[in-house]
Amino acid sequence: MSALIAVALTLVALGAVAVVMTDDTSRQAVTLSVFGLLLSVLFLTLSAPDVALSQIGVGTAIVPLMVMLAIRRTRDKQ
Amino acid sequence: MSRTARLMMFVVAGGAVGVMLVLGVLDLPHFGSSFHPYRDAAVPAAVAHATSNVISSVNFDLRGLDTLGEETILLTSVLGVAALLRPAEDEEERKPRRAGSLLDMTRLFGYVFLPLTLAIGFITVAHGALTPGGGFQGGVVLGTGIHLLYVAGSYHAIEKVRPVEALEYGESLGAGAFACFGIAGALVSASFLGNILPWGTFGELFSSGSVLFLSCAVGVEVASGVIVLLAQFLHQAIEVESHVEAGKA
Repeated sequence: MSALIAVALTLVALGAVAVVMTDDTSRQAVTLSVFGLLLSVLFLTLSAPDVALSQIGVGTAIVPLMVMLAIRRTRDKQ
Repeated sequence: MSRTARLMMFVVAGGAVGVMLVLGVLDLPHFGSSFHPYRDAAVPAAVAHATSNVISSVNFDLRGLDTLGEETILLTSVLGVAALLRPAEDEEERKPRRAGSLLDMTRLFGYVFLPLTLAIGFITVAHGALTPGGGFQGGVVLGTGIHLLYVAGSYHAIEKVRPVEALEYGESLGAGAFACFGIAGALVSASFLGNILPWGTFGELFSSGSVLFLSCAVGVEVASGVIVLLAQFLHQAIEVESHVEAGKA
């Protein structure tokens, strides 16, 4: 189990770096969504399935979608 | 204040916060150790109240007031978004453009997963007191799941099945039901959000007293809230344009 946690933690760290390194904001919404998924895997390995479920819904679906829609709208305006 | 003075203030304050944070973390029980005082208190309390999902017991029974606060945060944020994103004076509504063609795979994926996701959402809300999940998680699944209709179908399709005005009432109704449960608890059991229902048998659907119903109230609120929230964003992105753009076009 602790090996799984170590793998999940490493993936979260790598995912976070990937989000920060992504230049284009609309691509960043996608990497953010992947990062959210990795985070929920970490929560699951830490035996917190309730938090993992919330994380999947909010972190991988709602927030990236809101970011995408906001970017689309502001790009239209420019 | 000059730049150097500001920097000095930041270094002092930031350093103090950093030191306190490190000291606090060092004082925590070690990661992965078997010393869990909160678990030792919460698990017996949940079992005594016939709630097999200890997390739901903490959220809706032991610390129900915190959850009421969190639901109010969600309610006010959705309200704030609705107020901020309503079309401004220099904006006008337009007919949504026809969507481009979709991959057959996307459409198949959407229509297979739409009923599946909604079923999982309902199950997660209804079994909040028994298995991982609850009103918030299930509500989020329901509120986002329905947007598969937008991904796999069209904006027109999602608009048809999503009565935003009714859902605005649904959101307040969920939050209001939670508060009413709290007041009823105060009247019956002399503590706000105190249990007012029979506890039931541990592990069965109708167990855990008020937890099941509070979970459902939160489910209604969160599902409606998420749909209303995303509806504002979708409306702005798809149906609204400012006069500047219109002039350009």
